[in-house]
Amino acid sequence: MIALLTRDIRLAMRAGGGFGLGLSFFLIVVVLVPFGVGPQSALLSKIAPGILWLGALLACLLSLDRIFALDWEDGSLDLLATSPLPMEGIVSVKALAHWLTTGLPLVLVAPVLGVLLNLPEAGFLWLTLSLALGTPALSVIGTFGAALTVGLKRGGLLLSLLVLPLYVPTLIFGAEMARRGAEGFDITTPLLLLAGITCGTIALLPFASAAVLRVNLR
Amino acid sequence: MMLTVTDLSIARGGIPVLEGLSFTLGAGQAMVLRGPNGIGKTTLLRTVAGLQPPLSGQVDVTPESLVYAGHSDGIKPTLTVTENLNFWAQAFGNHDISAAIAAFSLGPLAARPAGALSAGQKRRLGLARLLVTGRAIWVLDEPTVSLDVDAVAMFAAAVRAHLAQGGAALIATHIDLGLSEAQVLDVGPYRAKPLDIEDFDGAFL
Repeated sequence: MIALLTRDIRLAMRAGGGFGLGLSFFLIVVVLVPFGVGPQSALLSKIAPGILWLGALLACLLSLDRIFALDWEDGSLDLLATSPLPMEGIVSVKALAHWLTTGLPLVLVAPVLGVLLNLPEAGFLWLTLSLALGTPALSVIGTFGAALTVGLKRGGLLLSLLVLPLYVPTLIFGAEMARRGAEGFDITTPLLLLAGITCGTIALLPFASAAVLRVNLR
Repeated sequence: MMLTVTDLSIARGGIPVLEGLSFTLGAGQAMVLRGPNGIGKTTLLRTVAGLQPPLSGQVDVTPESLVYAGHSDGIKPTLTVTENLNFWAQAFGNHDISAAIAAFSLGPLAARPAGALSAGQKRRLGLARLLVTGRAIWVLDEPTVSLDVDAVAMFAAAVRAHLAQGGAALIATHIDLGLSEAQVLDVGPYRAKPLDIEDFDGAFL
């Protein structure tokens, strides 16, 4: 398991691994939004939590199809499936590796990019916290979508369409928590719901992902 | 017996390809599967490896004793030869990869990224993976593709050494491996009968 995790992280960091893809996409979105909206700092600071959350979500989506597609193409997935690692463990580790190489960097740069969007001072902590709580769910749900579409040529389109509706609750509560935090309101309810979604998906979805992966490998 | 296949019927893409197939494989034995393209050798091996369920019949084998090697080697081009082998060794709970490197003379290539290897060298790396798994039954699909004569001899020697240690091997191949002791199973006679035309229509009515 640890071997698989270190291998996946190493693969992501090496040339062509797509480590910077999500990050640069996030950067582009956040840099371009102020140009599109115009120089209205009050409006920008109002929409900043939503834009940052949306950017992080789309950046996450961008790298999902790599989770299983590369392993499927070069035959590693068949070999992993016949190895002593349980399939549930494989998908969990894959989701964790995806989060460490995509979600975690997004969480870390979000406060920096928040400056570009004139995020209110009170919002930085809650924005970072909400992303740290929510992005694991994005990775786990995305792994499920990737498992569903593994083996399909150019499955990216189908993957995005399948995963987007599943991302909606995370986005709603994540952005709501960041917005309330920025405006100084009570964040307990969205925080609890967001944490609940993340814990629920981490607990349940690996089993579903493993099941669909077994069917897709036939 | 390490592997017993009883009255097995298998399908690929919903179409039955082989039926009524039975054989056994014991410790120290090798079996070579032969048959024309498309007869279902790969499907048979994937069924034995547990990657897909049979239509009917039984495969009796301990899944933990088996290692499968398919058409593609599962090699990551950006990892070096050593990193690739180390990963598979750890995934199967082993650590020592020196024997595998020696058996397929990968020593001079050990520090190279696998993406820089030739097709035959990649195949040798893929076969070296079998040695680091420590599993008893090798299920191999066309293991000698793109290997030169010397490498085929290396492979045959590795299989012999494996059999001598009480292992077993089930190999689908078209070429002569020089394994005179291996049983040969021609799967041609087990070709599944074409679907009954009436049944065929029935599925659409």
